[in-house]
Amino acid sequence: MTIHFVVHDEGDSVGVVVVEGLKAGQPLTGWIMDQDKMIEFKAVNDIPIGHKLAVRAIANGDTIIKYGTDIGKAVANIGAGEHAHVHNVKTKRW
Amino acid sequence: MAMDLKNASFEGWRRENGRMGVRNHVIILPVDDLSNAACEAVAHNIKGCIAIPHSYGRLQFGYDLELHFRTLIGTGCNPNVAGVVVIGIEPGWAGKIAEGIAASGKPVEFFGIEQHGDINTIARASHAAYRMVKHASKLKKSKAPLVDLWVSTKCGESDTTSGLASCPTNGNAFDKLWENGNTLVFGETTELTGGEHLVAARCRTPEIRAQFQAMFDRYQRVVEANKTSDLSDSQPTKGNIEGGLTTIEEKALGNIQKIGKKCIVDGVLDKAEAPTHPGLWFMDSSSAAAEMVTLCAASGYAVHFFPTGQGNVIGNPILPVIKITANPRTQRTMSEHVDVDVTGLLQKRMNMDDAGEALLDCMLRTADGELTAAELLGHREFSLTRIYESA
Repeated sequence: MTIHFVVHDEGDSVGVVVVEGLKAGQPLTGWIMDQDKMIEFKAVNDIPIGHKLAVRAIANGDTIIKYGTDIGKAVANIGAGEHAHVHNVKTKRW
Repeated sequence: MAMDLKNASFEGWRRENGRMGVRNHVIILPVDDLSNAACEAVAHNIKGCIAIPHSYGRLQFGYDLELHFRTLIGTGCNPNVAGVVVIGIEPGWAGKIAEGIAASGKPVEFFGIEQHGDINTIARASHAAYRMVKHASKLKKSKAPLVDLWVSTKCGESDTTSGLASCPTNGNAFDKLWENGNTLVFGETTELTGGEHLVAARCRTPEIRAQFQAMFDRYQRVVEANKTSDLSDSQPTKGNIEGGLTTIEEKALGNIQKIGKKCIVDGVLDKAEAPTHPGLWFMDSSSAAAEMVTLCAASGYAVHFFPTGQGNVIGNPILPVIKITANPRTQRTMSEHVDVDVTGLLQKRMNMDDAGEALLDCMLRTADGELTAAELLGHREFSLTRIYESA
């Protein structure tokens, strides 16, 4: 079994792709680390290794949660399964 | 079976001041940029010594100069160094640095170039280096308990796999070393931004927490006063962003995994300052890899842990740097830079305790003399931290 993405904590809004060449529409296996649970999911976009996948719908202005902690804010609506990165997420600092 | 750290040992060199080193370098240390050429000529003449060229040392003043001296003196005092030849454009500051290093009890000689010229200085300093390498080569190794090994950490070219796996591996090893009573350090002040409250909550006393917070707040003021944007492209770096990290908060939360789950912050250090007792120390420092690792070496650390995501290639002239990666692409494309492969963590083929022990095992082999990837590839980055411009 290949793990395609990993989520730190089940309260997180994003997970991390851990395989190369992930394609839109591909059935994905995800591992929620802290609770040691497996989930099934689909990506809406092609997402490079290391990049984030929204595991639920996030509205423009919402706080992004990873490690169970605030890592910044959405600056666009992000659908579940979409690529979440610098084009739609920004820091709240500096 | 879990490693028995209380009974673990390594073989290194017991220095005059009692500290244990894991390398036996003779270094040719310039006071200033002008003396690099002479130092490199000496290191060319005499085999078995290394020159440590750098860009600074002229017309610095105040705290910036104090840090320059402290970093060079600390580098010379590091237990991985057997002896030091100091060369400066003039003998005054060279003598001051040599005096600081001599306090550690190890052999040190100094030379000034003015009124002699490069050729004469190189000849005299080469004779000194010759004697010193001869002396160092005769020193015998001895066995020491693991608790005598000082270990520093700093990660670089991080990505999301750093926070998921390579930094937690570092944290697992740090938890075990901390419980064993080792002397440890982490730093990277601005790279805690977004997770600073988590570090503050881990400080042993309210006094240490206040010292940490003051260091953090001071650095934030430097960013606020000088920034021209939200620091996108600098912090996180272009490499971090390529690796999937989006914000400084996300990067910081991954970074903080390096101090594990159990370690308590037992004290804070200024840059290049030596710790005064065992435990985990926070050093107020830059997050730039070569600067931070140079400061760790100057504080007296003997082995360094360096988790990387995208594949930072850093080394140091005197401090062995052990690289850990969990990124399968990095492992596939640049494995010659990786000492500990923990890619298995992301596929549940390895658990965190196994990963931590793989790192500790590599640390013990490195301490016993096995060369790191960075040593084999000749990485000797030595980068001095500057506070403000020269006079």
